[in-house]
Amino acid sequence: MLAAIGVMIAIAVVVGVVLGWSAIRLKVEGNPLAEKIDAILPQTQCGQCGFPGCKPYATAIAKGEADINLCPPGGDEGVKKLAELLGVEAKPMDESHGQHKPKSVAFIDENICIGCTLCIQACPVDAIAGAAKQMHTIIASECTGCELCIAPCPVDCITMVPVTQDLPQWKWKYPRIPLIAMGTTIAPSPSGRGLG
Amino acid sequence: MTRELFAFNGGVHPPDHKTESTWRPVHPAPLPKKLVIPLRQHIGNPAKPIVAVGQRVLKGQMIGAAEGFISSAVHAPSSGFVTAIDMQPVPHASGLSDLCITLTTDGRDEWIALTPLDYTQFSPADLRARLRDMGLVGLGGAVFPSAIKLDPGAAHTLPMLILNGCECEPWITCDDSLMRDHAAEILQGVAVMRHLLGSMEILVGIEDNKPEALAAIQQAAEGLDFAVEIVAVPTIYPGGGAKQLIKTLTCKEVPSGKLSTDIGIQVFNVGTAYALYRAVFHGEPLISRLVTVTGHVLRPQNFVALIGTPMIELIQLAGECDHGTGLLMGGPMMGVPMPRADVPVVKATNCLLVQSAELFPPLPRELPCIRCTRCADVCPADLQPQDLYRFAKAQDFGRAQEYHLFDCIECGCCSYVCPSHIPLVDFYRYAKSEIWAREKEKKAADLARERHEFRVFRQEREKREKAEKLAARAQAKKQELTAAAASGDGEAAARKALIAAAMERAKAQKAGITPQNTDKLAPDKQREIEEIEARRAKIRETAHQPLEQEKKS
Repeated sequence: MLAAIGVMIAIAVVVGVVLGWSAIRLKVEGNPLAEKIDAILPQTQCGQCGFPGCKPYATAIAKGEADINLCPPGGDEGVKKLAELLGVEAKPMDESHGQHKPKSVAFIDENICIGCTLCIQACPVDAIAGAAKQMHTIIASECTGCELCIAPCPVDCITMVPVTQDLPQWKWKYPRIPLIAMGTTIAPSPSGRGLG
Repeated sequence: MTRELFAFNGGVHPPDHKTESTWRPVHPAPLPKKLVIPLRQHIGNPAKPIVAVGQRVLKGQMIGAAEGFISSAVHAPSSGFVTAIDMQPVPHASGLSDLCITLTTDGRDEWIALTPLDYTQFSPADLRARLRDMGLVGLGGAVFPSAIKLDPGAAHTLPMLILNGCECEPWITCDDSLMRDHAAEILQGVAVMRHLLGSMEILVGIEDNKPEALAAIQQAAEGLDFAVEIVAVPTIYPGGGAKQLIKTLTCKEVPSGKLSTDIGIQVFNVGTAYALYRAVFHGEPLISRLVTVTGHVLRPQNFVALIGTPMIELIQLAGECDHGTGLLMGGPMMGVPMPRADVPVVKATNCLLVQSAELFPPLPRELPCIRCTRCADVCPADLQPQDLYRFAKAQDFGRAQEYHLFDCIECGCCSYVCPSHIPLVDFYRYAKSEIWAREKEKKAADLARERHEFRVFRQEREKREKAEKLAARAQAKKQELTAAAASGDGEAAARKALIAAAMERAKAQKAGITPQNTDKLAPDKQREIEEIEARRAKIRETAHQPLEQEKKS
């Protein structure tokens, strides 16, 4: 009886020491879940979710303080990915935080711009070049389309221009064979297959 | 001719339909009234326009300069006036427009001064730069800038050079015609390649269904001062794929994700060799090419067409027929459907294949995959097309990449044999472009995250620096005061010093903000200002005087 208790205590002490040691030495820096969530978020940094950027929102989701359907730029696809990662049910977008829009970039009308730097201060990714009383311009390749520069502009010279599709961005569509009703003319096959 | 040949796995034997267009001689196409020259005809960055609307250009004049490392120049195919530089429909499956230079020809076809290059006198780097400005690109289909391929890189030599005259795709005969008519010139182009690459072994691979081309090249090779081995390779599609040809000739396989140059082999199309010959020995940039016009036309044949010629004009020359159902640029296996027939011929246009319901009957309905693996049997890249199809259809792109989706050469063998008539290649193209788009998106998101994090870091740093500065200043003032207090007599002196210091600061600030717009004035203006200031001083003085007198009295 005593021997058994002794053995149990010994095991408890050993396991306790090992666990205690590993809790200190093998501690993971940062929050891995928040980082995984952050990787899914579109990094628009628009703040439409109510948090000051994508990372704070990711942290809030990881802590269970925020819902997964608050990110309009991510859209339904983003919600689906988050739901998959977190093992929860996907839900429709929360419309109160804005709607999913096609990607666009800001454009400054340089004839109207007065060089006040307010938009530069608002831009979350430093995508606006310019200085006080100098012309401002958007670096289109860095712009995330967050629209945060539009509200502060005192002369309303910033507009959002939707990104038009050009050749380098074009994608092959999901192949679909057109359904042909009997007796109508026949459309050419998409890949042009078939040899005479 | 005793070389041992090796077979690659897979391949198919579609009916070749070559004789339709080869029995007629090659015709130069007449000069069109309008040429539309896209600035993006090659892989890499589009060329940058260097002409203005309204400018007269001569035949062979550079109108678009190469920009960036992977790029190539474009040239005016005939003399005339630039009438527009704008977005025009281009030969692309999307039907989208791209930046093009429109040239209205003046009918004179006037060349610029041409300077043939004595290539032995140039250093390889100089010669490559010249070729880049000549707009040379690979004419086998990939349109990769040739100047880059002609660089042996750090190794200084590429042991083996293979000239690809296989032309394995059905219907197309432009390389065949070129070899029959210009064998000697092609081999002179090879001499330039040999000079640039330092290759010791040179092979010419031609499929054995082109006996005339084989004979012509063999005859031309006899007069050469270097050894060229001409090899008749068995006719099988896609035996003309670069990797497949290498396997056939050398039994070497290009590893997944690597280039043929990694195993010391470079492959060029015969058309590229001929264009290189024209560029070096005649100084002519790449402004025309052979185009096979075949399929559902009255007189299938090869044309020498200027780059920028509308495709419809070539089809009309070959005799347009009624009831065409579509137009392919390229052959039936790998060709891309053209959204419209008035798009221009570009450097990549080797064939215009007009489809009809008889020649290309519409596909029966797509049926479910039965996993018969016939596609795997014919895949020349040794892939598992049925699995790739499954992953692409389910949008499981990660798995598709694990199964080496990017080794797929889109040859179309799998679609050709599929008993369920599944357009397999369309699925692979869809998956590839989707993966590229996602990678691009991810890169953009990573960049945005990095820039945002740096911004947050910078704002915090600025705040901290400001706080530190304020703290340091407060500390300094405190020390000054305690020093003053120690030296003077107690609290009163300290307070006095504090007031004095504040007054000093205010004074300095006031001096600092005096308007600075009066310096750098003209002398007469300066004098005027001084006069006014003097008057003001006087008035101030007189204004004070009576007050003092009153005080006195």
